Parts: sequence; structure tokens; C-alpha cells
Amino acid sequence: MSANEVLHAGLNLGATDPKTHAEAGSAIFGFWVFLMTDAVLFALLFANYGVLLSGTAGGPGPAAEFKLSSAFIETLLLLTSSFTFGLASLAMKHGSQPRLLQVWLPTTLLLGAGFLGMELHDFATMLSDGATPSRSGFLSAFFALVSTHGLHVFAGCVWIIVMMVQIAVFGTDARVKINVLRLGLFWHFLDIIWVAIFSVVYLQGLIR
Amino acid sequence: MTETRGVWHLLLGNLTYNALPFYSAIAAFAAGLVVVGAISVFVLITWLGKWRYLWTEWFTSVDHKRIGIMYIIIAFIMMSRALIEAVLMRVQQAVAINSPGFLPPDHFGQLFSTHGTIMIFFMAMPFLTGLINYVMPLQIGARDVKFPLLNSISLWLTGGGAGLMMVSLVLGKFSTGGWSGYPPYTGIEFSPGVGPDYWIWAVSLSSIGTTLTGLNFATTIYKGRAPGMTLMRMPLFCWTSLCTSILMIFAMPPLTVATTLLALDRYLGMHFFTNGMGGNMMNYANLFWLFGHPEVYILILPAFGVYSEVIPAFSSKRLYGYTSLVCATMAIAVLSFTVWLHHFFTMGQSANINAAFGIATMTIGVPTGVKVYDWLLTMCRGRVRFTPPMLFSLAFIVSFVIGGMTGIILATPPLDYMVHNTVFLVAHFHNMLIPGLLYGMIAGYQYWFPKAFGFRLNETWGRIAFGCWVVGFYLAFMPLYVLGAEGMPRRSQEVFDTAYRPWLLIAMVGAFILLAGLVSLFIQLRVSIKQRDSNRVFAGDPWDGRGLEWSVSAPPPEYNFAVIPTVTSRDTFAGQKEHGQAYHPPQTYQDIEMPKNSAAGVVIGISGAACAFGLVWHIWWMSILGLILIWGTVIVRSFVRDIYKVIPAAEVARTEARWLNHVANVRAVPRELETTPANKGLAESVA
Ligand code: HEM
Ligand SMILES: [Cu+2]
Repeated sequence: MSANEVLHAGLNLGATDPKTHAEAGSAIFGFWVFLMTDAVLFALLFANYGVLLSGTAGGPGPAAEFKLSSAFIETLLLLTSSFTFGLASLAMKHGSQPRLLQVWLPTTLLLGAGFLGMELHDFATMLSDGATPSRSGFLSAFFALVSTHGLHVFAGCVWIIVMMVQIAVFGTDARVKINVLRLGLFWHFLDIIWVAIFSVVYLQGLIR
Repeated sequence: MTETRGVWHLLLGNLTYNALPFYSAIAAFAAGLVVVGAISVFVLITWLGKWRYLWTEWFTSVDHKRIGIMYIIIAFIMMSRALIEAVLMRVQQAVAINSPGFLPPDHFGQLFSTHGTIMIFFMAMPFLTGLINYVMPLQIGARDVKFPLLNSISLWLTGGGAGLMMVSLVLGKFSTGGWSGYPPYTGIEFSPGVGPDYWIWAVSLSSIGTTLTGLNFATTIYKGRAPGMTLMRMPLFCWTSLCTSILMIFAMPPLTVATTLLALDRYLGMHFFTNGMGGNMMNYANLFWLFGHPEVYILILPAFGVYSEVIPAFSSKRLYGYTSLVCATMAIAVLSFTVWLHHFFTMGQSANINAAFGIATMTIGVPTGVKVYDWLLTMCRGRVRFTPPMLFSLAFIVSFVIGGMTGIILATPPLDYMVHNTVFLVAHFHNMLIPGLLYGMIAGYQYWFPKAFGFRLNETWGRIAFGCWVVGFYLAFMPLYVLGAEGMPRRSQEVFDTAYRPWLLIAMVGAFILLAGLVSLFIQLRVSIKQRDSNRVFAGDPWDGRGLEWSVSAPPPEYNFAVIPTVTSRDTFAGQKEHGQAYHPPQTYQDIEMPKNSAAGVVIGISGAACAFGLVWHIWWMSILGLILIWGTVIVRSFVRDIYKVIPAAEVARTEARWLNHVANVRAVPRELETTPANKGLAESVA
């Protein structure tokens, strides 16, 4: 088996660390399967949202509540954070010193936290408008979908912090590397889900 | 006064003296039994001084074999409870003809809900997960599953859910919403008590555990096979395990979503499934059955796998139509996602949609039929021996065909309109689940037991159990077809037509015989343990088996294979025996690295159960603590670096030499003596 063989989808460590690369094969495959279960979960929340879209029960509807400007900035934050995470992964794979990793991971964390802050602010505005999750089926579905994504981003942020500590403690040993690869997949996955939320929830909300 | 109530509420939430089950003598008795049982187990273990042993050898073990056994123990315990509940229901219906009987409606409602929930989530799922756990890694030539610790976490999450079910017997009342928990009935408006909350969290714990199990098994099968073990060389049990795992991966998330959204409705007043306010209960029906239908194939495929192992072994032939069986299994797995709507033909969609789903449903009969022929042809001209696993397999084939026929009836929408919500349906799904799933699990348990424990099970008691399970099943469920056709509704606490009486009496007798079947299994275990010294099969191959699992000692060493085998054909071990290549020691042994024990699984499972219990009773500190403990454990564990232990080559060599010496010194047994003490686990080669 050549060290450059692609053992799993996504960024492979390959010849830069053949031993960890071999281990990563099944570790990362397993994580892809996990992401698949997560994707099913989101798919169902999207479907649920689609069905309940008209269930506003006389309460606030999409057009009144969604602010495209802040959703757009949130999108930019998250997309940029995916980019910086990509840089972190590359730094881990190729960099001779893990210092860059300790630059790009915190940057990603900051962007993620910024996203969460803005999202919470949006939620707070909605709640003060009386658009609470218990107001109507539509709002229940909206909050279920968007805050499930938000919770995932939160979990991702905690995970980044844990990884930063581990890099400080262990350097980039095999387990750290594999976990950063997993975290990367997770982070990019959330980005894709967000793009879907932006299109299905926010953009569609505008034309209603 | 309010002050003390405040503190009380903070500490114990809604839990008060009223939660104790003094509303009915039977409920109080059952609760007493659980409490006394739990205390006596605790005292017994303490008295025997076995806590340390249990903790180090079992609870914290990440060995797939131990985990598999623990799953099956959970299954048997929970089956005992659910079967007793079934008998209670049968007796109630038999006596409650124009009279209230001995179970009040509310209690009867709890009984069918707990019976269904337990049988599916805490009997069937642990049983099949346990069997796959034990057997699959051995069959593919692996030392463990790919994520051993995750395996332990799944086990303990399932155990936590089962524990919550048992607690619900003592504190508070369970849901009366059935195993499917349909809102709006299970919503806060119509079921304000804690019942549906118990149901939601017990099922959620189990569904999360099962998702992780599916992920683990699928990765193991895709990435952990021995060299040369191509997919098309895998034993069929591995194929059905793979398909079941794939179904778990895709079908459990819908259940998690359904229960979580229902919980949000109940706890936070949201409107996913409520009447009015924009809610839509059809979403629940779709989510639940998007899980529910694949679930029945999650249940049945592993049993198909067992039959595909047992029948060739006890016919001394290779499996007929391997490729067609693989294709049929895959076809069933895929089709199972296209039929969920047949669970609610009567809930208002158009006739065309019903027709499409009805046809899709019937299509599944085709691959299933293929399988039946393959099994029959495997036996054809084989040396068939009627051992208990084989008997269960034969009973399965006949009974399952009957159940399949009634399935076709139910898949025809106009006919379904006639019999839906009657006991005809109850008869149908028990007809699929008892022969389809349970016989398979029992057959697998009897077949692989000698592998796991090193001695054979008693045949006589196996036959008695078989007789009870078959006679009992027919007596208990055939009458329900008649009753259903006559229009008796399911879930009835009282019935009002005296014409039902004879049939209900027969069904009641059948239920008692089924209970006797379970008791016979326990007696069999007890008797077999007593006689173990004359039935040892340490050499490891009591049935002249064909797969790799039989090529190691019984019980297998912790590392399974001293040297990972290289596979050159299907039925590897049979081939090795044929060519005189079995039982050859390798040139050298090497150190073997195995995962160390970990308490993480136990901690996560118990914290999960505590979190769930807190949610049920609104004891918020407990829920928050549970959540913190779960994620804290995950994070702390990610810092642990010392996770492997090494079994030195010398020790491996000693273990293997002891076994190979034994093999060299025992007499090989011909097939006609395989059920006698002459069977030492070495099969006579057939020239
Ligand atoms: C072994 C003997 C068994 C007996 C005597 C038995 C008996 C019963 C009875 C009397 C009911 C209530 C029927 C009604 O609604 O009128 C019932 C329901 C049910 N049983 Fe069983 N059962 C047995 C085994 C099983 C097994 C092995 C499974 C699944 C693996 C199972 C799953 C269910 C389910 C899902 C329900 C529906 C509960 C509901 O209405 O929500 N049962 N059973
Ligand atoms: Cu179905």
C-alpha cells in the first residue's frame, strides 16, 4: 500500500505521516457515517420545516421576521471560517511547526463565535417581537431547524477549544491529527447545512 | 409551607409520594417485585464479593464478546417482563367480556405500551445487537469492532434506557399511547402525566445507542475484514449484519427527530404535532414510520442471517444460492425505505398514493420468497439433523410464510380498510416477529452458545422449549386472525361480544404456553450449567461449522485470532478442514495490542439515564448534571493516551499451545454423535 493512496474521502494525510494515515482510514470512514446520520437528521428537520411553513396560525410569518442582511453576514462569517479551517488542516498536514495551526484554529473559533453571537441576537429580536417557538407550528419548525444547526456550531466551537488545548499539551500526535481531520469534516458539513438553511429558510422566506 | 415545597421541588421536581403505584394491586406488586429483585441482586453480588470482578471483567470491558453477552442478558431480562405483561393482557381480554376484568383501562393501556416498547427496543434490539457483536467480528477474522469504546457506550445507553423502563414500573405511570406514541394523544394536552416522557426518553436513549451501533458495525465490516475476506466471501450473517447496520444508520435518526420534537411540544409548548396552532400530526406519523418500517427489517434481517448459518451447518452442505441471498438481502434493505406509508393507509391520502405504496410493499415479498427457496434447497439432499436451532429454523420457514400471506392482505389498501386497527394486525406482526425475529434469536443463541461459553446447551430442554414456542405461538395468535376478521379492535381493555370468548380463551392458553417456553429456556440454561463438565467443547467446533468463528477455541481467547487469518474462499474454515489445513500453529507469534478497559461507557450510560430521569420528573439539576457528565467524560477521555495494552507473544503462544494440545488429544466426533458428550468440539472430517 503506497502512502499516497487515498484512504478516505476528504483531506488525506498521505505521505506526510504514513502511520497515522493508515490509522485514519477507518477512523475517518466512521466519522463520515456519523455525518450521514446527522445529514438525515437535518434533512428531516428541513422537511418538517417545509410542511409547517404555512402553519403560522395567524402569527408572524417568514417575511416579517427574517432579516436577510444579518443572515448574509452570518453566511460570510461561516464560509470564511470554513476557509480558515481549511488553512488549519493544511498547516497540520504540511507545516513543520504547529504554530500556524494555533493561529488558524483560534481564528476559526472567533468566526464561529461571531456567527453564534449574531444568530443569538437575531433570535432575541424575534422573541421580543413575540415570534416565540411556541407561537405557531411554523415558528416551532424554524427554531428547531436553525437552532439545531446553531447547537452543532456551538459543539464545534467547544471541540476547537478542546483541540487547541490538546495541541498545546500533546503537539500533533496521531490522535490529535485524526481528531482535527474529523473536526474539519464536521465544520465543513455545518457550512453546507448553513448554505441550505440560508437558501431554504431565509431566501425563500423573502419571496413569501 | 410554600417555602418547603419550593425546596422540595428544586430537589425532586414533580416526584412525590403519589408517584408510588398504589393505584392498583397488580402495579404495586410488580413494583415490589422490581425493588425486591434489584435489592436481592445487589445483596447477592455483595455477599459473593463479586463487584470488583463484574466491574473489571464485564462492565468496563470493551471486548466485543463480553459486550455481546451483556446485550443478550439485557434482552432476556426484558423479555421476561414483557412476556409476563403479554400474559396479563391475554388473561384480561379473556375474562373481560362484558365485564371490567381485573385490569383498569389505564393500567391495560400501560401494559400494551410497555410490552410493545420493551419487546422492540429492549428485547429484540439488544438481542440482535448482542448476537452481531459476538459473532460478526469472529466471522470476518477481526480482533474486535473498529470502535470498541463506542460499542461499550452504546451498550450502556441501551442499558440506561432499559433501566428507565424498569424505574417507570416503580415511580409514576408509563404512557398509554402504545409503542408508536402517536400525538396529539401523547401531547401535553391529553397526556399531562409523566408517562409519555418516560417513553420518549427511554426510546431516545436506545435510538442514540443504536445509531452508534450501526455506525460501528458498518465501519467494522467495511474496514475490518481479514485479508482475502472480500465482501462476497463473507458469511451471510455478516451480510445481514451489514444491511441491518445500514438500516440503523438511516432509520434511527427519524425516530430521534420524532421523539425530540414530541418532547419539545410537551416541555416547551411548541406546536409540531398539536391540534391547531399550525401543528401537523401527520408529520409525526411519517417520521415515526420512516423509522418504523425499516425497523422491522432491522429486526428481521439478522434472524435471516442466523437461519442462513444454522441451516447449512445442520445440513452439512454449503448455503444454496449465496449470491441470490446477498442480492435479496440488499433488495429488502433498499425497498424497506419505500413502504412506510402502509402503516397509515387509512389516514387520508389519496387512493393512488395508497396503491403505489401497497404495490411497493408487496414487492418485498419477492426477495423474501427467494430466500425461502434458498433455505429449502440448502436442506435438499443434505444430512439434516434436527437439533433445536434447526427446529426453530424449520418452524420459522413455515410460520413466516403464513405471516407473509397475511402481510399481503394488509398491503392491499381496500382490505386494510377492513381490518386495520383490529387484532388481525396484532396477529400479523406477531406472526412476523415471533417466528421471524425471536425464533432466529433463540436459534442463534443455541447455535453459538457453545462457542461463547465452551459447553453445549441441553438438547432435551431445547426441544421442550421449541415445542412450547411453536405450539404456544399458534394457539396464541391464530385465533387473533379470526377475531380480527370478526372486527375485534386492538388495544381493547374490555370486549362486548360473547362470540369472541372461545377464541380469546385459546389465545390465553397459548400465551401461557409461550411463557412456559421462556421458562424452559431458563431451565435449559440452569441444567446445562450443571452438566457443563460433560458437554465441554473447548476444541471449538461442535457443529462442524463453516465460518472462521469455529476455527478458534471455545470460548475464544480475548484476541480472537493469534494470527489474523488469510481468507481464500467462502466458508473458509470448512475449506481449511477439507484440505487438512485447520489447527496448524503459525511459525511465530507476535505481541498483540488490544484496547484497555474503560469506565467511560458506564459513566455515560448512567449519566444518560440520570439525565432522562431528571427530564421525566422535571428535576432539572439532575438533567444538567447528567449532560455535563456525559460530555465531560467524552472530553476527558479524549485526553487519555494510554488506551492500549499489549498481550505478549509468549502468553499468546502459551494460550494457543494449550488449545492446540487439547485439539490433538480429543477424539473427533461423527455427526450422528454430535449431541452426545462424545462431542468435544472436534469434527470428524467427512471424506
Ligand atoms: C411471546 C409472546 C407474545 C405475546 C403473548 C404477545 C402478546 C401481545 C398482546 C396481547 C398485545 C396487545 C394486543 C392488543 O393491542 O390488543 C401485544 C402487542 C404488541 N406486541 Fe406482543 N406479544 C408477544 C411477543 C411479542 C414480541 C416478540 C414482540 C416484538 C419483538 C411484540 C411486540 C408487540 C407490539 C409492538 C405490540 C403493540 C403494542 C401497541 O399496541 O402499541 N410482542 N402483544
Ligand atoms: Cu411496515
